[in-house]
Amino acid sequence: MADAPEMADIHRTRVEDPVVEAHDLTMAFGSNVLFRDVTFQVARGEVFVILGGSGCGKSTLLKLLIGLYRPSQGEIHILGEDLQAAQGAARRDLLSRLGVMWQSGALFGSMTLLENVMLPLEEHTRLPRAAREEVARVKLGLVGLSDAANRLPAEISGGMAKRAGIARAMALDPPLLFLDEPSAGLDPITSAGLDQLIKDLARDLGTTFVVVTHELQSILAIGDRCIMLDKQAQGMIAEGDPRELRDHATHPTVRAFFRREAA
Amino acid sequence: MGETVEQAGFDRQGETLCLRGALVTRQVGPIWDAVMKAARGVRRVDLSGVSSLDTTGAALVLRSVAVAGEAQVEGASKPVAAVMERARTALAAPRPASGPDQLPLVAAVGAWGISLLQRLVVSTGFLGETVVMGAAVLRYPRRLRFNDLLRHLDEAGLRAFPLTLLLGTLIGVILAFQSSIPMRQFGAEIYIPPLVGISLVRELGPLVAAIILAGRTGSAFAAELGTMTVNEEIDALRIMGVDPMAMLVLPRLVAAMLVMPVLSLLMDLSGLIGMGVVMANLGFPPALVLNQLEQWLTLGGLVGGLGKSVIFGLAIAGIGCRSGLSAGRGPRAVGDAATAAVVGGIVATVVLDGLFAVLFYRLGW
Repeated sequence: MADAPEMADIHRTRVEDPVVEAHDLTMAFGSNVLFRDVTFQVARGEVFVILGGSGCGKSTLLKLLIGLYRPSQGEIHILGEDLQAAQGAARRDLLSRLGVMWQSGALFGSMTLLENVMLPLEEHTRLPRAAREEVARVKLGLVGLSDAANRLPAEISGGMAKRAGIARAMALDPPLLFLDEPSAGLDPITSAGLDQLIKDLARDLGTTFVVVTHELQSILAIGDRCIMLDKQAQGMIAEGDPRELRDHATHPTVRAFFRREAA
Repeated sequence: MGETVEQAGFDRQGETLCLRGALVTRQVGPIWDAVMKAARGVRRVDLSGVSSLDTTGAALVLRSVAVAGEAQVEGASKPVAAVMERARTALAAPRPASGPDQLPLVAAVGAWGISLLQRLVVSTGFLGETVVMGAAVLRYPRRLRFNDLLRHLDEAGLRAFPLTLLLGTLIGVILAFQSSIPMRQFGAEIYIPPLVGISLVRELGPLVAAIILAGRTGSAFAAELGTMTVNEEIDALRIMGVDPMAMLVLPRLVAAMLVMPVLSLLMDLSGLIGMGVVMANLGFPPALVLNQLEQWLTLGGLVGGLGKSVIFGLAIAGIGCRSGLSAGRGPRAVGDAATAAVVGGIVATVVLDGLFAVLFYRLGW
């Protein structure tokens, strides 16, 4: 059963011209409700974090936002458009304006990192081959992988695969990037480097990031705003500035999460 | 409803290349080549007319500066300059010295020879381990995992029966029809049953059964063990003190050796039935066909065929397991292992069959 609204730490911010807008989202697999009535908006240029414990539906929510799943109920607008309703060329155009970094990197094993990054450019732009290669080298340089451009995914570490995944997601310079667990399983130094990269890209390129993570340090380092999902509550139990939530949360699960206490 | 952005454009004013509008990914493709042509020999690249810039646009600017020689970039607004600086830093990072496929010919041949040698060493080692494990199981039969053996018997044997029956019958029909044309010219159609029977029992039965086993089971063994290798499950077994040879390889080898004679026999019988149907069609009663078969087929031929099928099974399963266990990293490695298993299995079967042909000829079987 969902928590009573007054228990939750939801400090909703009204966003003008939101890049992502989720309204009353409910997701159920058969009779099993994962979450219900999830509503939030993401502002242009901010780093928005979706957080929560294991199994609360963070990754499912991400897949709803990028149109891989259909919500059982509710509406999603991405860059002002309804991704679920968009078909054909309109859908293709909308998809070219968002990038996704998958948890494992999801790089194509038969292609070098450079070819992985060049693939979206080949599909969506009219750049000549030499230009595509030049642009792909810039993206790999941005994530610090210039010297690994000719390596296959099987020849690089997990951290490098995640960075290459970000480079590929950024191939078309989309205004909106979704990152699924970018720092999971990485050492603190690599993880901090990735956090810095996200902040730099948001600042310099004005990219909006929607990041799914449960890494507390990353959340506090990069998050402008966040929402927290909870398995027991079957929905959102917090929304706001992660640092504010850390210091002033009243909901016991939110407090436990930010203070790293056993629930 | 897509976002509207200002059109990207350029013009050359004397020694200055003026870029303007939104230099973003969607816009720079059509003008890239023209900008490069215009950039030749300019001394300045003016960005004062650029309203927005992303890293693809920055790549265009940096490339045009490189094409120009030593051109000065000027007039960039603060956000444009920030993106330019990021892209410049990104491109300045050291690139790989050479691509993966740029080895000189001699070095490439050497590398190929070394990898061949390494594969040979791995295969020899695998063969040695298999012999040792086989000897150990003969001494301590409990080391063979019977539940796994039953599962593999089911997957490699029972589930291959329908395909074997279908292919066997069709091969019998095809052989009988094809041989009936020249045989009829000599009035020797009565010899079709021994011709097809001997071909099937001594050669085609074991050979086609082996090809089925290599395609269905050898590849499955390689893919399954290859996935386990990629997922570090084999390493986990070794660290737990469990011998992967005993747990994973041996049941598969034994299962393949046990199912192969059965599949060969099934192939032989279904082929003979197919041939019998054709013969009946040609006007030869079943009793006459059976009489011919009884007269020409020998127990030695049947036992020889079934005996070599056991060795085929051992070779196919061994190659499949070895390919899986020596798989590299990544999903591609699993595909490579499965391909190597099928190709290696079929080649090994044909080579072994050739050796058996020489052996049986010498023995007078």
